[in-house]
Amino acid sequence: MNLFYIVFAPMIGALIPLLLRRTSRPVKTIATIAIPISCILVAWPLAQQTLAGDIPTAIQQWLPNIDFDLAFRLDGLSLLFVSLILGIGVLIVLYAHYYLSSKDNDSRFYACLLLFMSSMLGIVTADNVLLMWAFWELTSISSFLLIGYWYHQSDARRGARMALATTGAGGLALLAGLLIIGHIAGSYQLDAIFAAKDAIQAHSLYIPALILVLLGAFTKSAQFPFQFWLPHAMAAPTPVSAYLHSATMVKAGIFLLARMHPALAGTEFWFITVTLIGLITMLVGAYFALLKHDLKGLLAFSTVSHLGLICMLLGIGSQAAVIAALFHVINHACFKAGLFMTAGIIDHEAGTRDMRKLQGLLKFMPITATLAMIVTASMAGVPPFNGFMSKELFLDQALNQHLFGGLSWFVPVLATVGAALSVAYSIRFIHDVFFNGGYKELPKQPHDPPKMMALPVLILSLMCIIIGLLPMLTVSGILNQAVSSVVLDNITVKLALWHGFNLPLLMSAVAIVGGIVIYSQRDQLFTFNRQFEGQDAKHNFERIVQSICDSANKLFTYIDTGSLQRYMALVLISVIVLVIPQLFEIVTLEGSREQLPVDFVSIVGASVLMVAGFATAVLHRHRFIMLMMLSVVGLVVSISFAHFSAPDLAMTQLVVEVVSIILMVLALFFMPQKTARASTGHRVFRDILIASLIGGIVATLNYGILTSDFETISDFFIANAKTGGGGTNVVNLILVDFRGFDTLGEITVLAIAAAGIHKLLNKLKPFMPSSDIDGRPWHRIKHPLMLTNVANLILPMAMVVAVYIFLRGHNLPGGGFIAGLIAASAMILQYIANGVDWVKERFNVNYQSLMSFGVMIAALTGVGSWFFDRPFLTSWFTYLKWPLVGKFEFATALLFDLGVFLTVIGATMMILSNFGKMTTRHRPRQEGN
Amino acid sequence: METLFSVTVGVLTACSVFLILRGRSFPVVVGITMLSYAVNLFLFSTGRLTIDGAPILGTNTEYADPLPQALVLTAIVIGFAMTAYSVILAVRTRGEIGTDEVNEQDSGESSR
Repeated sequence: MNLFYIVFAPMIGALIPLLLRRTSRPVKTIATIAIPISCILVAWPLAQQTLAGDIPTAIQQWLPNIDFDLAFRLDGLSLLFVSLILGIGVLIVLYAHYYLSSKDNDSRFYACLLLFMSSMLGIVTADNVLLMWAFWELTSISSFLLIGYWYHQSDARRGARMALATTGAGGLALLAGLLIIGHIAGSYQLDAIFAAKDAIQAHSLYIPALILVLLGAFTKSAQFPFQFWLPHAMAAPTPVSAYLHSATMVKAGIFLLARMHPALAGTEFWFITVTLIGLITMLVGAYFALLKHDLKGLLAFSTVSHLGLICMLLGIGSQAAVIAALFHVINHACFKAGLFMTAGIIDHEAGTRDMRKLQGLLKFMPITATLAMIVTASMAGVPPFNGFMSKELFLDQALNQHLFGGLSWFVPVLATVGAALSVAYSIRFIHDVFFNGGYKELPKQPHDPPKMMALPVLILSLMCIIIGLLPMLTVSGILNQAVSSVVLDNITVKLALWHGFNLPLLMSAVAIVGGIVIYSQRDQLFTFNRQFEGQDAKHNFERIVQSICDSANKLFTYIDTGSLQRYMALVLISVIVLVIPQLFEIVTLEGSREQLPVDFVSIVGASVLMVAGFATAVLHRHRFIMLMMLSVVGLVVSISFAHFSAPDLAMTQLVVEVVSIILMVLALFFMPQKTARASTGHRVFRDILIASLIGGIVATLNYGILTSDFETISDFFIANAKTGGGGTNVVNLILVDFRGFDTLGEITVLAIAAAGIHKLLNKLKPFMPSSDIDGRPWHRIKHPLMLTNVANLILPMAMVVAVYIFLRGHNLPGGGFIAGLIAASAMILQYIANGVDWVKERFNVNYQSLMSFGVMIAALTGVGSWFFDRPFLTSWFTYLKWPLVGKFEFATALLFDLGVFLTVIGATMMILSNFGKMTTRHRPRQEGN
Repeated sequence: METLFSVTVGVLTACSVFLILRGRSFPVVVGITMLSYAVNLFLFSTGRLTIDGAPILGTNTEYADPLPQALVLTAIVIGFAMTAYSVILAVRTRGEIGTDEVNEQDSGESSR
C-alpha cells in the first residue's frame, strides 16, 4: 500500500496548492514541498528492502479481463529513478519558490509540477506495461502544461505543442509496441514479459514491436532524429527545464530502454539501432550545444548529447555498459539540474541568458560562479567529479565493444570527439559568462541570488564532489540493485575514481585538450555554421503540421459536403461493397429445412404488400397518397404476423400503425404536401440501383436464414413459462418476466424519446398553411358531428377492451404494450374529434407524470424483489379466488406490466397531444371565413 | 413460402432505401418507417416461419419461436418512438430554416 501512497500522494496532493491559492507563497511552497518529503519518508523503509535484494510490490485489481491491474514494484531500477524524482523534486520546488516572479500563478505551477511528479513516479514503479504507458502519457500532458506555463508567450505555446505532438505520437507507437509484446508474452506483467524473452525475440513481430517501443523511447528522450523538440521546450520556466527536460522526464525514454532491456535487448537489431542512434545523437547534440548563444539552448543540446551517450551504452548492453549507463543517469541528473538552476539564476539576476551579452560576471556573482564551475567540470568529465567517472566507464565501453566488426574502431574515435565537444561547450559556458574580459552593461545589475535560491545548486554540486570522491559509499548500493534488475542477475558494482594509466584515461586527456583547442577556434566554427542558418526545426515542424492539417481539411471537405443524400449513398454503397464478396463465399444458399407450401392467401398478401411498397416509393411526391400506401404496407405486415403465428405482434403492429399514420398526417399539415420533380435522371437511376442491390442482399440473407435449420434457446422459455412465470403467453412472459430488465430499458428509451420530442416542440414555430393544397380554405366546422358522436361512443368500449387485453396478457395475446397503445389511440380519437381544449377541460392529466410514474412502477417492482432477498426483477405469482370472476392469477409481473402500460400511454399521448396542440395555436385563417 | 417471404422483405427494403435516398425530409421519414417494417419482418423470420403455432401454451403441439417475437414487439414500439422523433425533427427543421431539403443549402449537391 505504501507504494500506492508514493505514486498517488503527489497526484491527489496537486489539489493542495490549488486549494491554498489565496494564501501567500511561503505557505504554498511548504505545503507542496511536504508532499515529496512525505513520499521520501514512506519510501525509506521500502528502499531498505530493495537494497537488501527484495522487490516490494503492491497490487490492486482493476480490469482483470484485459490483464490491467494497478500493480507497482520497487526494484533497483525503480528505486534509482524514484530517488532522483523525489530528491531533485524537493530541490526544484525550493528553487521555484524564488525563481517565479510575484506575478506568476504559483498555485498552477506547483499543481502541474506535482501532477508531473506523480506520473513520473508511476512510470518508474509500474509493474504492468499498460499502466506504465498510461503514466507515460500523463507525463506528456503535464509536460505540455508546464512548458506552456507562460501561455501568453507564443514561443511557450509552440514549444509546448511541439513537445506534446512529438512525445504524444511516440506514446501511441509505444502503446502499439507494448500491446504486441503483451500479446506475445500472454501477460502485461513485467515478470511474465521478462520470462517470455525467448518467445518474444523469436516471434515474427519482434522487429515491428521493437521499432514501436524504440520510437516511444527515442521521442521521449529526444534522440536523433527527434531531438528537435527539446530545445524548444526550453521556453518553459527554468525549474521545469531543470526538472523535466534534464533530470527526469527525458530520462523516461532511457528508463524504458532499461526496463524493457531484459525482454528486448541482446539481438543484433537492438545493438546496431540503439548504439548507432545514441552515437549520432551524442555527436549532433554536442555540436549544436557549442553553437548556441543561449545558455539554456546550450544546456538543452548538451542534454540531448548526454542522453545519446546513455542510450548508446544501453545499446551495447553488456553488464559493464549498463553500470556505466545507470551511473551516468545519476551523475547527469546531478550536474545538469545544477547547471539549469545556475542558468536560471544568471537569467534572473542579470536579465539575459545570451552569452554574447554576458561576460565578466565573476566579480559580481562569485558564489554562483564557484558552484557553476563545479557542476560544469562534472559535465565536462574532469576529475575528481562524478561526471569523470561515468565518462571513463563510457570510453572504456566504447573501446571494448565489437559490434561493427572490422569497423568497430570508429566508435571510440567518435566517442572521443563527442567528449571533446562536451569539454568545449563546458568551457564556453564558464568562460563566456564569468570571464572573457570586463563587465558589460546588462539589463539588470547582476549580483548573487538569495542564499536559499543557491542552496539547491550547492546541494547538487556537493553531490557531484561526494559521488566523485566516494562512489562506493554513496551510489554503489543502489547501482547494485538497479543493474541487477536490468541484467536480471546479482551484480556487485566496483567503482573507483582512479583506474591507473590506461587507454580511457588517455582518451579523456585527448578530449580535454581537444576541447580547449575547439573552444579557442570557436569563431571559425560560428562562421562556418552561419551558412546553414535559416534551417530552424520549429519552422520545419510547423510546416509539416500545417501540411497534415491541410490534407486533412481537403479530405474533410471532400467527404463532408453537408449532403445527407450523399452520406446515405456512401454508407449504403459501402454495405454493398463489403457484403457482396461475402455472399460469393457461400456455396449453397438454400438450407436443409423443410419449407412451407405456398397458399393462395399468402400470394395475395405478398402481392398487396409489394405493390403498396412500390407505390409508396413511386408516389413519394404525392405525399398524402404515399401515406395511404404506407398504411397499407403496415396493415399487411400486421396480417402477416397474424398468419405466421405471432398474434401479439399482429396486435401491436396494428395499433402502432394507426398511431403513426395519424402522427404523420398531422406532420403533413406542416410540410409541403406535394413537391415538384427534383431529382435528375442520373440520380434516380443511381438510387434505384443502390436500392435494388440492398434489397437483393437482404432477400438473399433472409432466404438463407429461413431455409436453414437452427437451434433455438426458446425451449427454455416454453418449458418454464407455466412453472416459473405462471402464465401461458410465452411472448408476454419473456417481456415482463424472463427478460424484464430489457423491457425496463426499452420503456425508458420510449420515455426518453417522448421527452426529447417534448423539448423539440418547445417554442417551435411551425410552418402552417392557411389552406389545403388546392388553395381551398379550411372548413369552418372543425369537429364533424358524426365523428364526435362515434368517438364518444367508442371511448368507454375501447377502455374496457384495453383493460381486458391488459389483464389477459399473461395467458393470451395482449399485455401492457398493446393495451397501452389501444387506450392511447382511443384517447387520440377524442382529440381529433373534439379538439385539445375540449379534452383538456374533461381529462386534465399530465402525460409527463403519467409516463414517469409508469417507469417508476416498473422499476420499483424490480426493486421489490430485493426485500425478499431475490435478484432485481424476480417475479412471484399466486392464484386468488375472486367472487364472481373465479380463480384468478396474480403475479408481480402484472404490476411490472402496469408500469409498461402507463409508460406507453403517457409517451404516446405526450407525443401526439403536444404535437396536436401546435395546430390549434395561432391557427391562420383566410379572409372572409 | 420462404421464397415469397424473403422476396417480399427484399422488395420492401429496396423501396425504403429508395425513399431514404430522396432529397426531402418527409419521404426520408416514410422510408425509415417502412424500413423498420422490413427489418421487423426480417428479425421475426429468424425464428423461422410457422403456421398455426402461436406460442400460447396449451393451444398447440408445436410452438413458433417466442424469442424473436418478444424482440420484435419491443422493436415495433421503439420504432414508433423513433419515427415520431424523426417526424417532429423534420417539422422543426422546416419551421426553423423554412425548407424541407435534407442537403445543406450551400453544398455542391444541386440535385434533390
